[in-house]
Amino acid sequence: MCSVQRALVTSVSHSPPGKGATALPSQGLCWLVSEEGVPKGIIQTFVNSYLWLCMQTRASSPTTAAKQSAPLLPEKKVALFEKMVLIRVFEERVAELFAQQLIPGFVHLSIGQEASTVGSCAALRSDDYIVSTHRGHAHILAKGADPKYMMAESLGKKTGYCKGKGGSMHIADFSKNILGANGVVGGGFPIIIGAGFSIKLRKTDQVGMVFFGDGASNRGTFHEACNMAAVFKLPIVFVCENNMYASTSPASKMVAGGTIAGRAHAYGIPGVITDGSNVLAVAEVVQEAVDRARNGDGPSIVETETYRYKGHFEGDKQKYRSQDEIQNYRLTRDPIDRFERILLEEGILTTAAIKNIWAAAQARVDEAVRFGLESPLPEPEEALDDLFVNP
Amino acid sequence: MGVRDLSCSLAMAEALAEEMERDPTVFIIGEDLVAHGGIFGQFRGLPERFPERIIDTPISETSIVGAGIGAALTGMRPIIDMHFADFVTTAMDEIVNQMAKLRYMSGGQAKLPLVLWAPDGAGISAAAQHSQSLESWFIHTPGLKVVAPFEPADVKGLLKSAIRDDDPVIFFQHKRLFRWTGPVAEHHEYLIPLGKAVVKRSGSEVTLLTYSRMTYECLEAARLLAQKGIQAEVIDLRTLKPLDFELIAQSVQKTRHAVVVHEACMTGGFGAEIAARISEELFECLEAPVRRVAAKDVPIPFSPVLEKFVLPQVEDILSAVESVLNYAPHASSARRHRSVHHFSHHSKTSK
Repeated sequence: MCSVQRALVTSVSHSPPGKGATALPSQGLCWLVSEEGVPKGIIQTFVNSYLWLCMQTRASSPTTAAKQSAPLLPEKKVALFEKMVLIRVFEERVAELFAQQLIPGFVHLSIGQEASTVGSCAALRSDDYIVSTHRGHAHILAKGADPKYMMAESLGKKTGYCKGKGGSMHIADFSKNILGANGVVGGGFPIIIGAGFSIKLRKTDQVGMVFFGDGASNRGTFHEACNMAAVFKLPIVFVCENNMYASTSPASKMVAGGTIAGRAHAYGIPGVITDGSNVLAVAEVVQEAVDRARNGDGPSIVETETYRYKGHFEGDKQKYRSQDEIQNYRLTRDPIDRFERILLEEGILTTAAIKNIWAAAQARVDEAVRFGLESPLPEPEEALDDLFVNP
Repeated sequence: MGVRDLSCSLAMAEALAEEMERDPTVFIIGEDLVAHGGIFGQFRGLPERFPERIIDTPISETSIVGAGIGAALTGMRPIIDMHFADFVTTAMDEIVNQMAKLRYMSGGQAKLPLVLWAPDGAGISAAAQHSQSLESWFIHTPGLKVVAPFEPADVKGLLKSAIRDDDPVIFFQHKRLFRWTGPVAEHHEYLIPLGKAVVKRSGSEVTLLTYSRMTYECLEAARLLAQKGIQAEVIDLRTLKPLDFELIAQSVQKTRHAVVVHEACMTGGFGAEIAARISEELFECLEAPVRRVAAKDVPIPFSPVLEKFVLPQVEDILSAVESVLNYAPHASSARRHRSVHHFSHHSKTSK
């Protein structure tokens, strides 16, 4: 196995059970492995792991759990690809602007995690809620926010989503039910619980999705929220984007029990681990979790195994991991490359069409940057506005 | 529509019932709300009337407060029951980093119409973790409104206003006032605006600025002062943020002497803020420095004799009044020495 694969295996609690086996381990997640003892790709295993956890916990019937959702239509796949490309281009441009010292403060990028985010948001309706993290650009773009106002906000401009009061880490678009990126790791869990109660009390069929990382799974808020969501059967999907590092700390050293999805067992809810670099795998699993929530069957935890190419923040020297590891991931598991190949193989897109998608994303981000740079700065006195509805 | 005598508990239950009746988005979330109608009887009758909207949760204060925030962001008007004000410590991130900041950080997009209701205060031997008065933490956090009423009528009128307000309100209610009874209007639109203080007793010689339970002690001190011929004005601030400084200024310009009285400990307490503002804005009116009467700077102890020693008493207020009325900037300054002590009886310190 290459180093990346080793890293993947160490990030889950139980090593593959044995050659060619689909045996259920005594606890933890079920893995499918190849004849060589290498995981065959997590997409084939998620149903089994899901099924197994469900059977263990009686959270739902195995038949429901194993039910395959309808395959995505080609147009939908193209839309997902477009979104992933837009996010990649947007974030790379943010990195450039930050390096040019045009973006103040600090920024957290999720380049490399696009499949996880776009696959998760693919299952959501426009009236569903999301709560994002400090690493939130992708979530916000995936839920439909406008890159123009995001870029303006990152640049500290008056025309930004938050009029320059939030910055890159606090972008919100309430018109799209994006309840905001949050600077406190694990700060989103209690908020999504409230959205869940609100949905129940208003008797709508909306769903709330909270994004978090492996680091946040160790906050007490995670436990409280999982328990409360399960107790009240709230329509919530917990999406853990396990990018293997909580700031500088490897998940393999910080997450007891090895997996985060496995913690679902304690709350009697489904927990699924999926390949976070395969957008279709993520979309399928999350769709199932969203359907469950929408149908009143309660919360689920989805853990996507993903990877960020950039540091915890721009400028992070990343002494906690090797350049080889990052390169390896980029070369073997890049979510956009993988999806591009799938789309080409399935004949959904041609090379030319793919080129056009990249060009369109570039143009859209160029326009966002132009808008942001040309926008006025806020008047200093505006710092006193927007505190209260009724001051 | 008449006026009846109600306890603070019943005034609160009435306000909640009226607002829940009026607005289906109002709900209450917290621990142990249903079984006893709240630990102070403040929710009596509500679980039967609004079974879906009184939510008993697991012991998860962080998520209870967070749930209030999330619900407020998505169209509801939650009332978060903090059980005891002391437990806000378990949800400080939610209150300080989320509740107080989400509207501002989002450039005014977010709206958080919620009430965090927190019974505070000492005097019942509840010891250090169930007796605190923590209002200054929240007054010091931009983005929150802070209310601390005394009279049952104010409990009703201010709670109704707080529920209808579109901003987060931290609503403190003193544990020793739940049975404090007074006239309360039956009127469903009985609203007291946030940010308005009230003169509880008029006087011309010294202003006692106070709130919550200490209003009682101040009124008692004013009664005793009157027996000595000293006319103290007592102002119940009711809302601490926004602060009704206009009324404070009117009174201090008249009396030229001010004493701030609160049950929270002295150092860094709200009294310091009020004293500073009076000094900055009304310095030329003052005949003496503003004095503060507050709890001593220790946690609230358990044993009644220790607790009483730590908490401000009527005698402490009398001493402070005496010192401001007899303040002499220079030794030669000839001022009438007015003793407010030597009363034949000790003031009562509890009801």
